[in-house]
Amino acid sequence: MPLQVEERRDVIGADGRLVEELVVNVGPSHPSTHGVGRVIVHLDGEVVTKVEPVIGYLHRGIEKMAENRTYLQVVPLTDRLDYVGSMYANWAYCRTLERLADIAVPERAEYIRVIVCELQRIASHMMGLGASAADTGAFTMFVYCFDLRERIIEFFETLCGSRLTYNYVRPGGVSFDLPEGWLEDVSAFLETVDAKLVEMDQLFFGNVIARGRMKGIGVLSAEDAVAWGITGPSARASGVNWDLRKHDPYSVYPLFDFDVVVGDNGDSYDRGRTKIFECHESAKIIRQAIAKIPGGKFKTPLPRLIAPPAGDAYDHIESARGTLGVYLVSDGSVRPYRMHVRSPAFCNLAILPRLVPGHTLSDLIVVLGSLDPVFGEVDR
Amino acid sequence: MTIERLRAALGEENATIAAMLPGDTERVEIHAGLDELLEVLGTLRRVGFERLEMLTAVDRGETFEVLYRIESRSLSIAATVRVDVPREEPRVASVFGLWPAADWQEREVYDLFGIRFAGHPDLRRILLPEDWMGFPLRKDYVDERIVRRPDYI
Amino acid sequence: MSSVAPFGWGMVAGLGAGLIIALAALIGVWWERKVSARVQLRLGPQQAGPYGLLQTLADTLKLVLKEDITPARADRRMFRMAPFLAFVPVATSMIVLPVVKGWAPLQIASGALFFLAVPGIAAAGILLAGWSSRNTYATIGGIRGAAQMVSYELPRTLSVLALCILGGTLNVVTLQESWRWWWVLATALGFLVYFIASIAELNRGPFDLPEAESELVAGFFADYSGIRWAVFMMVEYGGMVAASAFAAIAFFGGGFGIPGVAGTFLLIVITCVLATVMIWAKWTFPRMRPDQLMSFAWKVLTPMALVQLAIVGVIAAWL
Repeated sequence: MPLQVEERRDVIGADGRLVEELVVNVGPSHPSTHGVGRVIVHLDGEVVTKVEPVIGYLHRGIEKMAENRTYLQVVPLTDRLDYVGSMYANWAYCRTLERLADIAVPERAEYIRVIVCELQRIASHMMGLGASAADTGAFTMFVYCFDLRERIIEFFETLCGSRLTYNYVRPGGVSFDLPEGWLEDVSAFLETVDAKLVEMDQLFFGNVIARGRMKGIGVLSAEDAVAWGITGPSARASGVNWDLRKHDPYSVYPLFDFDVVVGDNGDSYDRGRTKIFECHESAKIIRQAIAKIPGGKFKTPLPRLIAPPAGDAYDHIESARGTLGVYLVSDGSVRPYRMHVRSPAFCNLAILPRLVPGHTLSDLIVVLGSLDPVFGEVDR
Repeated sequence: MTIERLRAALGEENATIAAMLPGDTERVEIHAGLDELLEVLGTLRRVGFERLEMLTAVDRGETFEVLYRIESRSLSIAATVRVDVPREEPRVASVFGLWPAADWQEREVYDLFGIRFAGHPDLRRILLPEDWMGFPLRKDYVDERIVRRPDYI
Repeated sequence: MSSVAPFGWGMVAGLGAGLIIALAALIGVWWERKVSARVQLRLGPQQAGPYGLLQTLADTLKLVLKEDITPARADRRMFRMAPFLAFVPVATSMIVLPVVKGWAPLQIASGALFFLAVPGIAAAGILLAGWSSRNTYATIGGIRGAAQMVSYELPRTLSVLALCILGGTLNVVTLQESWRWWWVLATALGFLVYFIASIAELNRGPFDLPEAESELVAGFFADYSGIRWAVFMMVEYGGMVAASAFAAIAFFGGGFGIPGVAGTFLLIVITCVLATVMIWAKWTFPRMRPDQLMSFAWKVLTPMALVQLAIVGVIAAWL
């Protein structure tokens, strides 16, 4: 892919006639690409004929770096993958390591992990929704979403000292126990969350202009979703009823009662709305977890240098974007031999060239926002 | 019961059961030969493994090991198919025709390991710039810009 | 019957109009920032002056001191002229507005027509701004802007035409003098159409696609910085005040027909209320897609304006 794109060229269009095609570059520095993503768009007038995402602008070689660090040192690296959802990125890696090295996790730690991960899911969806609302021009929705996200980030700051990359979920448990009164504060916060989410739903998704912008745009069929490996709210909005927390449960999720949010049409509107309803479900889970959380240890004591037996392991969790999996290969030493991250944002973004052609440039922005890519995870 | 069905469907392939896991999904390990890979995967696709979750590779020294993790919702089973690819001639069949999800994942493996996937519609680098030389995730990748880890860590 | 002020007065009026536009932009920007902040659970400008009133002045000073950049690829003369081509018509159109009942700086028989038609030249300014920037995004923005402005002229003009039929004149001063209280009811539909169409004319609110910040990175004025950008902002805010003022004068009798200072005061109040509603609309709604925008103008607003014309025609015939 040459860095310069031709601005205007004559091509034979799909129906055989000669069209003057305009090639436009969206990104990598662009307010709407949710990070550093570049999309090369071929336009026939206002209609998009071809879309080509170019990624790799945030590729840092995390998988290679992991080979040069001890297992515990890799945890902060995973923070930087999906930086909008560090908690579950940490958790996916820790689960795989625990499976590989056969490390037990105390029950209290599992409950804490669930609470923290569901809070992170709400925060991540708020980011995704806010950003896609801002793309369509509804700046107020953006601010409301970030208000909610700010409260959650403040909780995380009280918990582990950090606002964005937490390094909190560690192999064997979590790094700190919950501070006194933290659970009460979270409970108080949760009482306001449902009303705020409903308000946001009405403000943005109830708006006739937003509906016109998002309904019927970027329709993804359920068969395509499964064939292309799309997971998470983007797939569930298309009617694919699959949520790892319910259908391949892990940790203490089987003890909680919640619904899987499944949409009908698979358009951008449904993808957005699925996120709002998933936040309601997350709030439900957190309430139940707070009610049931036991006392006890928050971490299994582990040496700083862990040397799992040679072999490999794969484990996955349901992150806000989809199935986040980590594959670890050990050669018996204190450093991983290979780490691979199955990144949901990377796999979900692959469907973009199929969803956009036929729509306009404005719709490209809407579809990209609804797929909610985080380029730290896409590029690793 | 499903394992037997799988064994029967795959024929001579070595299908062994890994540890049974807490959870609803059974896990199966399958080793395939390089030439039979596409056939094995095709059979698995027909049997009901409708989703390709992960496609990656590991540099094992003399060979590359390419892994496919596929899932069947209907059978509630996840299979990891492994194939060894010789280092001197790293070519393997592309599964894009079976699971389009392989599109970008195969490009990523090509980008970082140099393994060519025969039959992929658009095999070119995805994460690294187009004009990058070398394949970074190989164990023998040399680049003077890589920072050496000090011995005391 | 028309009266044109003598040469000296004309210059004063012109300067006055320019000053009023600048003042309107100054206060308009401040007010917008305050209103939008409160809507978004924020506070808005706080530091510069009491309640942040001097903020816009500080910003304008900064803009004036900035380097005047003309992109290398751009057509220099057109690029530099475009903002003023957009600004001058909007500023000029304000001189037909009667600020006190019975007096306007320029009283001509076709005042309403003047007010509606002259800002249309700004469409050329916007198109030229986008075109002369020689940059894909700006071009797209400029074309969208021009198409939008031309489309929304029609419902706007038709709704004001309804009012002129009721009043029997195009002269804005006479229109205001012949205003009756029941016109508010008779032309309610027309007011709605005029208000929405004005927002679209100004490239504001849900219709700000040509300058869609998140898609086109400021569209047709992407390459403008410093004082030239400020001129585009003055077009927007000055136009907002002008449109609100005209609506207040035409549809609400400029202070409900009350003469003198009280009338002018009421006129200002109603103008502010209407401008606030425009600001409110911008920050609540997402923006419309270009094709939705066009179909809204042609398939929704224009028929509504025609219906208003029919209503007014019946009333006028009956009277």
